[in-house]
Amino acid sequence: MPPAADVGRGAAAVSLDEREPPLRNGLPASPKGVDAHASAPFAGSGRVGAVWRRRLTILAFLSPALVLYLALVLAPIAQGAFYSGFDWNGLEPLEKFVGLQNYRDALADPVFLASLRHVFLIVVLSLALQLPFALGLAVLLNQRLHGRAVLRLLFFLPFVLSDVIAAIVWRLLLMPAGLLDGSLEAVGLGGLIQQWLSDPDIIMYTVFFVVTWKYFGFHMILYLAGLQQIPPELEEAAAIDGASRAQSFRYVTLPLLAPTIRMSAFLSIIGSLQLFDLVWVMTNKGGPVGSAHTTVTYMLDHGFERGQFGYGSAVAVIAFVISFVFAIGYQRFVLRRDVAGALTTAGA
Amino acid sequence: MHFRKGWAAAMSLMLLAVACGGDDDSDTSADTESGSGSDEPVTIEWWHIQNNDPGLSMWEDVAHEFEADHPNVSIDITVYENEAFKTAIAPRLQAGDPPDLFQSWGGGGLVEQVDADLVQDISDDVAPWIDNLNPAAVELYQVDGVQYGIPFDLGMVGFWYNRDLFEQAGIDEPPTTWDELLDDVQTLKDAGITPIALGEGDQWPGMFWWAYLALRSGGPEPLQDAGEDGSFDSDAFVQAGERLQELVELEPFQDGWQAAVWDGAGGQAASMGTGGAAMMLMGQWAPGTMNANSPDGNGIGEALGWFPFPEVEGGDGEATDVFGGGNGFAVGKDAPPEAIEFLEYATSLDVANRWGELNSGILPVTAGSDESITDPTLQGVLEARADASYVQLYLDQAYDPELGAVINEAVEQLYAGQASGEEVAQTIADAAGG
Repeated sequence: MPPAADVGRGAAAVSLDEREPPLRNGLPASPKGVDAHASAPFAGSGRVGAVWRRRLTILAFLSPALVLYLALVLAPIAQGAFYSGFDWNGLEPLEKFVGLQNYRDALADPVFLASLRHVFLIVVLSLALQLPFALGLAVLLNQRLHGRAVLRLLFFLPFVLSDVIAAIVWRLLLMPAGLLDGSLEAVGLGGLIQQWLSDPDIIMYTVFFVVTWKYFGFHMILYLAGLQQIPPELEEAAAIDGASRAQSFRYVTLPLLAPTIRMSAFLSIIGSLQLFDLVWVMTNKGGPVGSAHTTVTYMLDHGFERGQFGYGSAVAVIAFVISFVFAIGYQRFVLRRDVAGALTTAGA
Repeated sequence: MHFRKGWAAAMSLMLLAVACGGDDDSDTSADTESGSGSDEPVTIEWWHIQNNDPGLSMWEDVAHEFEADHPNVSIDITVYENEAFKTAIAPRLQAGDPPDLFQSWGGGGLVEQVDADLVQDISDDVAPWIDNLNPAAVELYQVDGVQYGIPFDLGMVGFWYNRDLFEQAGIDEPPTTWDELLDDVQTLKDAGITPIALGEGDQWPGMFWWAYLALRSGGPEPLQDAGEDGSFDSDAFVQAGERLQELVELEPFQDGWQAAVWDGAGGQAASMGTGGAAMMLMGQWAPGTMNANSPDGNGIGEALGWFPFPEVEGGDGEATDVFGGGNGFAVGKDAPPEAIEFLEYATSLDVANRWGELNSGILPVTAGSDESITDPTLQGVLEARADASYVQLYLDQAYDPELGAVINEAVEQLYAGQASGEEVAQTIADAAGG
């Protein structure tokens, strides 16, 4: 779902960091090309002095970004981990060291555990429904179709809106007796009306719907870009060999699109783990009795709204660890093939 | 304060990085050095939450008048909506850089700010004129007898109701007991009218009901005791929850109340202000917000009435014990003396009378300003304020913010049918260490 938003907290920091290489490697733009560029100059240089000079140059160019990264990303993460050991309201001196108590409290709080389940639900639904939907649309819009540029633009539009604007608009649309309820009533479907944002049993599905509306266009564009990299000759050849459209899609298109799909799934999962702005605004800080809390809204609610900065930091660290472990694991095991240039043999 | 310095360093680094740092810091340091009466240019940074007209323009006018009298002073106003203010002020406080004057409700929040040395002792500065202000209101801004802020408004929570809708349902008199209230709710429901508007999405509007019921059930003592030893599991609180449960089971609220906010589209004020519900429990600021949330800006006009929270049969509380609070400004630690002079002007009889004349729900605390209020409904509130035998500050402000949030959240669970009166009381007592 949402691609890594720049929330600027622990979890966000990871994905910002991790997003960069997979974007280059995972997009089918030219996975092998990247490798070639990176390795060629080193392979060609023979003298030791030149190597060192090159390394110094690299360091010089990297250092401004590195300093910012250390000061604004790594240092706050370390600071957050440090604060998480204290009972601290953000104003008083840091004196009440409580060890791991904040972590124990978090893992014992049903609202926090529910927030983890909510995120998991969004991840699963996104992978099961949103991405296939986006893929289907991308395949459709990759055909020769009248007005397809306009359609692509229309489907992509929600992604261009800011999360907060989208959340406010949907909050108004979903209000009791709002536009959605009114429209349902008008077409005789009044029986389907629900308390979209007030019923704790329904609210997460409402959130999922809006998140899908907001982000499917982004994944669709990713898939379209991927589809356009697939040489038409391959599908033509499959057709000549007697493959049906379905077979051609299953055995030619899908395998060649796999790197894009893996990348899109990665962005979707990381985005779900960081889901914040949209939920915070649309559900008024996590919904009735916390029924729409994500880990990030829960963290902000406890950290900033209630001034429990130590506890909030502990929640942030947990969210960070989950994102980090996932990101590393995914890159290590799922994206490895793309990095190793296994593209041509993977589908065979 | 080793760690705060670390923060400040990180913050300034960030400011530098985006190349817009410097300005604010240099201003504040100039402020603190300039003494009273000097002609050095002074900027007062002022955060308030009167975000709807007429209050918004009123404070703007007051600031301009003060600037005109003090050519060296410029007042830098930042206006936030209530909830947005709470979010925005947190990082400023945490960075140890509070605005010179900022909205405060007194109570537990102010105690935290005092403990962190974020506000200044103004006792001596205000001594010559503070006796002009309502003592109950002034006391809310004291911690251990030291004055850290100045109130400009004190009111109380009570019922705002729509006379037309009550009449339509055949109810002649507002209820005076809790059982009568429950009966009226049923009568209104039977007449097809939504009895109560509630913005539980904000949580505190629902807490008002619970807190008032606790006050009526047990009188002031249980609330005071709980504030000291955390005994939120005493009978008064358990009974409050049980009585509230009776009400919730009648399903008296408007559609979508669990997600509705107080101030905003589809919220409690809008529901009441457009005649969509018959009554609500809210503070003295209600008419102003209702008007701002109605299509013609007049709310329900003449149909609006007010009655105090009914008595609870068998409860120890008096009908004159009130639950409420007001608005005022805390004085930041680095505020220049001119900021305190400005407070004197902002609470002067002239300004207080003008607030009163607006009849917007701000009930000024300056002696002699009562007559300026002409709205009969607000006069009723003012009378109840004058007769009050005890004023209990809003629970989410009276205690520290962490406990306030626990109270709000626990009560929300009762509304959602997820916790009994006893469980709510126990949850809060556990969090308060009682």
